[in-house]
Amino acid sequence: MATKPDLASSQQPTGMTPIVKTVVRFAIGIIFMFGWYIIIYGHLTPGGGFAGGTILACGYVILTLAFGKELALRKMSDMAASIIDNTCALLFVTVAMIGFAFGAFFLNFPPHGTPFNLVSAGVIPLYNILIGLKVTSSLFAIFLALSIFGRFVSKLVDEAEEEE
Amino acid sequence: MTMQTIYPLFTALPLAAAFFNLLVTKINKKAADYIAFLVTAALAVMAVLTIFEAPFAYRIGGFPAPWGILLISDGLSALMLVIINAIALLSIIYSIKYMTMYTAKPKYFSLFLLMLAGMNGVVITGDLFNVFVFLEVASLASYALVGFGCEHEELEASFKYLILGEVASTAILFGIAFLYSMTGTLNMPDLARQLEVLGINKAVAFVIALFIMGFGLKASMVPFHAWLPDAHPSAPAPISAMLSGVLIKAIGVYAIARVMFDVVGPNAMVSSILMFLGALSMLVGVFLAVGQSDFKRMLAYHSISQMGYVTIGLGLGLNPNVPPVIAAMGLFGGLYHLVNHAVFKSLLFLCAGAFEFRTGTRNRYEMGGLIRKMPVTSTACSIASLSISGVPPFNGFWSKLIIIVAFIQAGYYVYGAIAVFVAFMTLLSFIKLQRFVIFGQLPARFANIQEAPFAMTLPLVVLAILCIALGLAYPYLDQGALQAARAALLDKVSYMGFIIGG
Repeated sequence: MATKPDLASSQQPTGMTPIVKTVVRFAIGIIFMFGWYIIIYGHLTPGGGFAGGTILACGYVILTLAFGKELALRKMSDMAASIIDNTCALLFVTVAMIGFAFGAFFLNFPPHGTPFNLVSAGVIPLYNILIGLKVTSSLFAIFLALSIFGRFVSKLVDEAEEEE
Repeated sequence: MTMQTIYPLFTALPLAAAFFNLLVTKINKKAADYIAFLVTAALAVMAVLTIFEAPFAYRIGGFPAPWGILLISDGLSALMLVIINAIALLSIIYSIKYMTMYTAKPKYFSLFLLMLAGMNGVVITGDLFNVFVFLEVASLASYALVGFGCEHEELEASFKYLILGEVASTAILFGIAFLYSMTGTLNMPDLARQLEVLGINKAVAFVIALFIMGFGLKASMVPFHAWLPDAHPSAPAPISAMLSGVLIKAIGVYAIARVMFDVVGPNAMVSSILMFLGALSMLVGVFLAVGQSDFKRMLAYHSISQMGYVTIGLGLGLNPNVPPVIAAMGLFGGLYHLVNHAVFKSLLFLCAGAFEFRTGTRNRYEMGGLIRKMPVTSTACSIASLSISGVPPFNGFWSKLIIIVAFIQAGYYVYGAIAVFVAFMTLLSFIKLQRFVIFGQLPARFANIQEAPFAMTLPLVVLAILCIALGLAYPYLDQGALQAARAALLDKVSYMGFIIGG
């Protein structure tokens, strides 16, 4: 049985040149802020959960490219990505199903508030946030699976051996 | 009534279970079996209850009809729901033992439930874009399931299926976009009303062509069938049973029937195209099937051939030039064969899986005499073979007979003759199968094999009993669920009425 490789510690050089790292260090906060802005204002302005989630996922991808997978996996590991992904999808369906209690599936049950306020439109902002988190984590998980797939395969083999 | 208030659960429940499953199995791997079983059992019970409901429409989010999304339950939806969820339940029971051959069993159950959610969604929705979305959910899950074994051939088949399936989805999306640009609505009852005014102009004819290509590829009609003989045998056996038995019907034949009958309406051009494609599928499928040595690959070719019967029946039902009684008879035969095919083809695939589980091979020339070692599986396999080849007391005989009689009465003698000829070729092919797998000489290396475990033989027995019951109950089917399904397709006016009822 092969020893289980640790994802967060590898022999490869971590990240790119200092120029890239510095730029990313400046840009990354703005990217995350912009992503969250798109998600949270999804019911008022163009965009929403999917668009914002894609931007957030791109932020993580940039982190991985600039600083190596060591840092990115510390920020969001593959396990965490999978858990956030599934929890958000489950919560989304649950919120939709709460509508049953008020009369119909997907019913927008809370008070809608004043139009064009940040807290308005009932459950729509909540859906946007859940979709945003789900898209972030699942896109990043896909990126991880594609970029460091070799590691995952050996991990899978170990899992299979453990099952036996 | 109760079903009217919880109708969306048909998609919401498997969807939620799929994600819940992945979370729970991070803690306890055994939980996946129970979750999948309980969810599919609940869905099967709900589907049977739906049969007894009067047609109704459900408003998602409480929005009124042309703006909000409608979920529609009528005879055809209820029939399809029963087929889908019953076969899914039996496949899940079968999977519990069979999938021990594979790793990552929890992920398998999650993908299975996602596919189920997609198929149920296609069947219950009354919104054309929703059809596309759920069709993609079901298709994407099935691409992953076809390649689940991660062997070289399986990944290749999965990739081929993915590319061709996405081409089909693109065609369907184009068609939907065209319809939307013409009518400004995606609600299917509303579309039916708008098209009544618009008539079949060139743009609508183009949309019909796109839909026949797109849904035809999902249903594997012959010019678009290239993916099926690779994809269906490569999947694990319960998935082959789901793909061949249910998926190509739910996202292919059901969608094409719903759009052509209830949205576009009876039309001589579409009718002749569907009848021609159906006859072509029957002939090509059966000729390619006879020479196959791989058990499951042969069954996959027979799926193409048998779906030809369904398509040709639907085609006759769409024909406005034949007397309505004969058109309705052809349609009835097609729907009856759809139910029968779901039962015997999933049974055959599950039998192939059980043989493979014990013998480790799918090559039918390497097997032989298995009735002495695996009596239950072999008997079930014989019953299914007799059903598919149309031997009298079994269900396949009646549906083929109805289709053939309808075509002779309608004056399409060539199509009738093709249907008879294909039935004989099917019989020939399955006699060969019996000769090489069930009877004959038992190879020495299989001297110590045992019957498949109980969780695998139980679904086989249930399906075999259904094969016989559906054949013997033929005189009563004319008043039952099949009749309601036929009425739902032929009554376009009441389908358009859902927009008011919803």
